Amino acid sequence: MEYLIGIQGPDFVLVAADNVAASSIIQMKHDYDKMFKLSEKILLLCVGEAGDTVQFAEYIQKNVQLYKMRNGYELSPAAAANFTRKNLADYLRSRTPYHVNLLLAGYDDADGPGLFYMDYLSSLAKAPFAAHGYGAFLTLSILDRYYRPDLSQEEAVGLLKKCVEELSKRFILNLPSFNVRLIDKDGIHDMEKLTVSAV
Amino acid sequence: MALEDLCNFEDVFYPEITTERFSVPFGRKKACGYVTDLPFRNNKSVLQFYIPEAVYLDESPIQFGQINPVPSSSAIPSQESLLTSSSLPTSLPFASSQPVPLPFPMSHGTTTLAFLFQGGVLAAADTRSSCSGLVACPASQKILPIHSHLVGTTSGTSADCALWKRILSRELRLYQLRHGRRLSTSGAAKLLSHMLHPFKGTELCVAATLCGWDGGEQDDRCLDSSSKTTTTPKIVREMTADASSEKLSLSLTQSSSFTQQTTSEIISFSGPRLFYVCSDGTRLQGKLFSVGSGSPYAYSILDQGVQWGLTVAEATSIAREAVFRATYRDAYSGNCVDIYHITSKGWTRRRREDLKEEYYREKERRRLERETQPDVLQANTRSKQKTS
Repeated sequence: MEYLIGIQGPDFVLVAADNVAASSIIQMKHDYDKMFKLSEKILLLCVGEAGDTVQFAEYIQKNVQLYKMRNGYELSPAAAANFTRKNLADYLRSRTPYHVNLLLAGYDDADGPGLFYMDYLSSLAKAPFAAHGYGAFLTLSILDRYYRPDLSQEEAVGLLKKCVEELSKRFILNLPSFNVRLIDKDGIHDMEKLTVSAV
Repeated sequence: MALEDLCNFEDVFYPEITTERFSVPFGRKKACGYVTDLPFRNNKSVLQFYIPEAVYLDESPIQFGQINPVPSSSAIPSQESLLTSSSLPTSLPFASSQPVPLPFPMSHGTTTLAFLFQGGVLAAADTRSSCSGLVACPASQKILPIHSHLVGTTSGTSADCALWKRILSRELRLYQLRHGRRLSTSGAAKLLSHMLHPFKGTELCVAATLCGWDGGEQDDRCLDSSSKTTTTPKIVREMTADASSEKLSLSLTQSSSFTQQTTSEIISFSGPRLFYVCSDGTRLQGKLFSVGSGSPYAYSILDQGVQWGLTVAEATSIAREAVFRATYRDAYSGNCVDIYHITSKGWTRRRREDLKEEYYREKERRRLERETQPDVLQANTRSKQKTS
């Protein structure tokens, strides 16, 4: 139902998420933002079960900010990803596991850009590109085919547009628009919303 | 209680009790300075409140297999199901203990809707309480006032909704007393969402839309139709104090920006707000929501007609029509429609209207249409005969 995608370039990470908040068969909201800002250069994209997404993502968000307040410096994307995964793992075997699928995208001044794929079974993988949702079945092969590690920003956006085009063509559900954001050394940049008509 | 006074409960539930009021003596202590600045109070002192006499049954008419039998409210028409003190959330069975078996399968049938427009927020709901195939109460109250500027529509289990609304009222009142200002609709929604979170996975079912007006009392500003496309044209941001706030909101919908910290609320927002809160954890802000088994039918009517620039009369009529069409198609919605209108001065409630009348009016209109049409049909057939 929901769709997340991330593409890592040599010095940036491009992420996009759909804008639909649904409840059974009804689209309750058409402009819902599924990205949570953890810090100046880290974004957490979160989809999954209705209340769990916001609860878990806000929990991680507040804890990352608390770390910054206590220690005076921010968590790196890799550290934040591992912290998130640890929390998922801790709750997995409890009575209240969080059913959420995540993409964490960030830029580290030392290590460069990073994209981390996490799922509800608390697996963690650093990947050059990743996607969540049923739409991932349709778009991962496009990413496999056209991805290169030295993509420019425009090429990455073009690749993203190809994926969205494929979804609008073959995906049974209607995902009319997508939030797009880019993270690089200067922080998080909001890009123009991708709508199906524009693609 | 202070809650009833806040919400003008006596007007809704006890129309025969008009002016009797019990003011509990608090000595000579005057209300604190900040209390008088609160905009919600028009003419009554905060400390003056009215304790209604709740009418309880002596014993439950239906014997459930429960440990503490609570009085059933299904036989009391058009009254809140006020729960006794034994039903506090801490004593409810948690996921670890065996859930009490329900005596019959419950189904949640209702149609409620709410939307924003230039005149504030309009909330409408039907009044049928159903219980797996029978109408338990044809005149129930699905829109419950929480305080003078916040109203909540309820969907799901009526008892759960009534309880959690009361708990929310209590918590909002405590917040107001502690912090000297009213909690915003967004904050109230978040509070309710966090209170319901521990019960996720249990059979608690509450799907509410909170409709409120944030900010101090002000004149209703009728905005022009150019602000239709923006979501919240009344945002006052510290960064853009000039009149280009509408353009700012437009560009924001293009690319939702993080320039405001995601942690804090929009600073000094004032105006109508609408939130959907569900017991599964969903919390959404929006301009139009419809909840319940009849909601798809209502959505299709509302999506055609709701815009920002509606007048109050137009908004009321479209809300009524949406509920009517939903009750026409959905078996679990019906009887009457309640309409509440929330403005900067508080909420007002329309007289409850029986949709049966609406149905007969519609039938009459169709009949008249059909009467005029056969003349046209006959003319067509005659012309065809001539040509052939």
